[in-house]
Amino acid sequence: MSRWVPVCRYDQLEVERGSAALVEGEQIALYRLPDGSVHALHNRDPFSRAYVMARGIVGSFGGTPYVASPMHKQGFSLATGQCLDDAETAVKVYPVRISDGVVHVAWEGSP
Amino acid sequence: MPQPRKTLVVVGHGPVGHCLVEAALERGLTGGWDVVVLGEEPRPAYDRVGLTSYFSHLDPDELSLLPTGGYDDPHVRLHTGQTVTEIDRARRCVVTDRGDVHDYHALVLATGSYPFVPPIPGHDADGCFVYRTIEDLEAIRSEAGSARAGIVIGGGLLGLEAANALKQLGVQTHVVEMAGRPMPMQVDDAGGAMLRRCIEDLGVRLHCGVRTTAIETGDDGRIARLVLDEGDPIDADLLVFSAGIRPRDQLARECGLEVGERGGVLVDEQCRSINDPDVFAVGECAAPGGRVYGLVAPGYAMAETVVDHLLDGGGVFAGADMSTKLKLLGVDVASFGDAFGTAEDSLELVFSDAVAGVYKKLVVDADGRRLLGGVLVGDASSYGLLRPMASSGQTIKGNVEDLILPAGGGPGAGADALPDEAVVCNCRNVTRGAICETIRTEGCSGMACVKSCTTAGTVCGSCVPVVKSLLEGELKAQGVEVSKGICEHFELTRQELYDVIKVKRIRTFAELLETHGQGSGCDVCKPAVASIMASQTGRYVLDKSTASLQDTNDWYLANLQRNGTYSVVPRVPGGEITPDKLIVIGEVARDFGLYTKITGGQRIDLFGARVEQLPAIWRRLVDAGFESGHAYGKALRTVKSCVGSTWCRYGVQDSVEMAIELELRYRGLRSPHKIKAGVSGCARECAEARAKDIGVIATERGWNLYVAGNGGFSPRHAQEFATDLDRDTLIAYIDRFLMYYIRTADRLQRTAPWVESIEGGLDHVRSVVVDDALGLAAELEADMARHVSSYADEWKATLEDPEALRRFVSFVNAPDVSDPSITWDIERDQIRPRAGADEPATEGAPVVVAGAQIPVGAPS
Repeated sequence: MSRWVPVCRYDQLEVERGSAALVEGEQIALYRLPDGSVHALHNRDPFSRAYVMARGIVGSFGGTPYVASPMHKQGFSLATGQCLDDAETAVKVYPVRISDGVVHVAWEGSP
Repeated sequence: MPQPRKTLVVVGHGPVGHCLVEAALERGLTGGWDVVVLGEEPRPAYDRVGLTSYFSHLDPDELSLLPTGGYDDPHVRLHTGQTVTEIDRARRCVVTDRGDVHDYHALVLATGSYPFVPPIPGHDADGCFVYRTIEDLEAIRSEAGSARAGIVIGGGLLGLEAANALKQLGVQTHVVEMAGRPMPMQVDDAGGAMLRRCIEDLGVRLHCGVRTTAIETGDDGRIARLVLDEGDPIDADLLVFSAGIRPRDQLARECGLEVGERGGVLVDEQCRSINDPDVFAVGECAAPGGRVYGLVAPGYAMAETVVDHLLDGGGVFAGADMSTKLKLLGVDVASFGDAFGTAEDSLELVFSDAVAGVYKKLVVDADGRRLLGGVLVGDASSYGLLRPMASSGQTIKGNVEDLILPAGGGPGAGADALPDEAVVCNCRNVTRGAICETIRTEGCSGMACVKSCTTAGTVCGSCVPVVKSLLEGELKAQGVEVSKGICEHFELTRQELYDVIKVKRIRTFAELLETHGQGSGCDVCKPAVASIMASQTGRYVLDKSTASLQDTNDWYLANLQRNGTYSVVPRVPGGEITPDKLIVIGEVARDFGLYTKITGGQRIDLFGARVEQLPAIWRRLVDAGFESGHAYGKALRTVKSCVGSTWCRYGVQDSVEMAIELELRYRGLRSPHKIKAGVSGCARECAEARAKDIGVIATERGWNLYVAGNGGFSPRHAQEFATDLDRDTLIAYIDRFLMYYIRTADRLQRTAPWVESIEGGLDHVRSVVVDDALGLAAELEADMARHVSSYADEWKATLEDPEALRRFVSFVNAPDVSDPSITWDIERDQIRPRAGADEPATEGAPVVVAGAQIPVGAPS
């Protein structure tokens, strides 16, 4: 069972950038897009194994919002976590809800 | 029964007379006609539009329109050096100055025009010339050798041509124009003002709105000065009249043909004299409907009309497009359609950039949907597209203003939107439809083929970009295509993005995306645009408008390393550092537990900093007088130097001083890729300057400049660019080289591949930088001057900006917790990232968790 865990205030997130957050000892990356939506991925880049996903550039690829790992630029869909450059690789995505100006992620525990 | 052959006599062998003969040959008129051409000048027709180029080659053959000297058809006889003195219409013959008589069935007058010389006192003094023939130019040239100052009377199209010629001959040049602006027939007041500035910047003095009252002569009977109705007289020893043309219609008048009010043989729309159906007039001696056309294109159209008529075709000359495009004194000027906005309710759209010397005006209809005409000064690259767009009256698709801004695909872009009937080549009257059809049927794959098959682009050349674009479109339709766009969000190349951002002064990514792109950008276009904006505005890279575009390195102003930590490189200009500053670096590294390594660029790299430590580290460094080394940016990195003549017993110049000067000059300059430089104090080259983008090597007489070298994956030696330069010239060349690179290179393209890929290669780059072949030098230097004057240390700026400092946190919801995944091993007495950072530490190995435990801030 997942539950909604409050993470931070919505206005703490920079527009069109990622921010790292700590949820029950686990690192996640939150992205606030220009359309106002917020997406959450696990913060670990599966290729470099460094916790840097929050520092990638966000953009769109054929209409799909994605983030490019800052390490070696592989793209990951913000909707599914699927790596756009390697069908075998994905990162975990977390559903996001914003209520009363607070960003919540659906949390099941460690991935 | 075969028809008896007839005789066509053409009087005059200028460009229009020649065009008429060519049309006669092409269309088979000589099947039934003998053609006799009588030319007064000693040589066959030559290109008068390009007359001024004669001064640069002095070879009449270069200008010749008939290099073989005759036509390759026995039915055409060309007689040069023979003047027709009389037309006997009753006997239907002409008489020449030799007494030869030529009978005709049809007679064409193509005698052209003569320059108007205003009847002011002294107009016939020695040293006064006109500008019409090769002989005139020869006379001016021999006079110019001893002349100091020269005057051109008339600031129109030809007058400015003549001024250009005088200037090139080394004469201090003045232009006197009666109207209040140069080229009053083509450009409006504002365009004239811009043109005036451009011309005066080139050292030509322009006197507008004044009348000439007399030419005063010296004791030798030669011109000494020109007296004006106001202001001081102008001293000069040479004067060229270029105050307009008058039709050469004397022969016609003498034989009773009617001429127009302002001269010119009055002809109907078949170009036939209104008094004599066997006599035609074409070109500048003709006045269809009473109007004389002083351009070559209408003359060509008239010549075609006459040939068509003689072949019993139904062609008519129905007026002409007086659009013009030319390069005057290196300044592009064009005027087309309703340039002055005379149509009722027409609106004007003006773009003006005084710094770049560009003025563009479009005249559109009341709805802003149709282009009626326009004026272009300084940049007429869009003329080839705009002129047919105006003459075809098509509806404008998209933003009207995009038509005068260099958006999308360069000067030929938008050609696809032209209707088939739009005349693309005005000189040869070739439509878009005809060009595309020919490309398909002839299977053209290159411009040479298109030009020879259609004749489009073979006269003035202004339509070539559009023809090229049509060719590309056709090839693309045949499946030959290469996308040039930088990514899926922009169909523009990096260079085109650079131009669009510059001209439209776009300052945010959102605006650029909205006007010229699609989607929401990506990790390719965002940093490229951020870099372009930084190199144009010199603004702080973490400025709100561009910060979100930056790659992580530029976002944190540090270099991301493999475990998610960053490295810090303070600038050490030229590799020269005081012991005190060296100690500060050591102390900072020790206090923050950073791994320390000397770099290849003669500075010190401090590794292992967490994002939240960066501001504290830089506070210490900035306080000690350090600034960003931009090791994280696509920017100037270092200027490496040897120790130079100060210490080295072999050195011939102070390479350290030069390296420091260059490094401080170009520090912070954002570019398509990193830029490295080196300065060696002698030919032993200890600084390895030839492995750099910019290599400077001292000689006994100054500095040699090498460019486009690099180490790395594909090492390249820098190539010799210019030798024995003094300091100022060296810096000017480097300024221009770097700015030209920044403007035109692709994203992530270093100087070596850039030079290899640019058309014309290193020679082209040298012609732009050294010889100023594109007239860009001043602009490139001004761009660099803007960079130099606007430079500010971005780390100092960041420390002063609480907004920017907010990003230097580990976790948005736990700023006091350090990233627990970052762990270290110790190797050779320094930290190193633990292999497989998120995996458990190897049993027994020491684990050091640095950073969080280390007190930050200046030591007390």
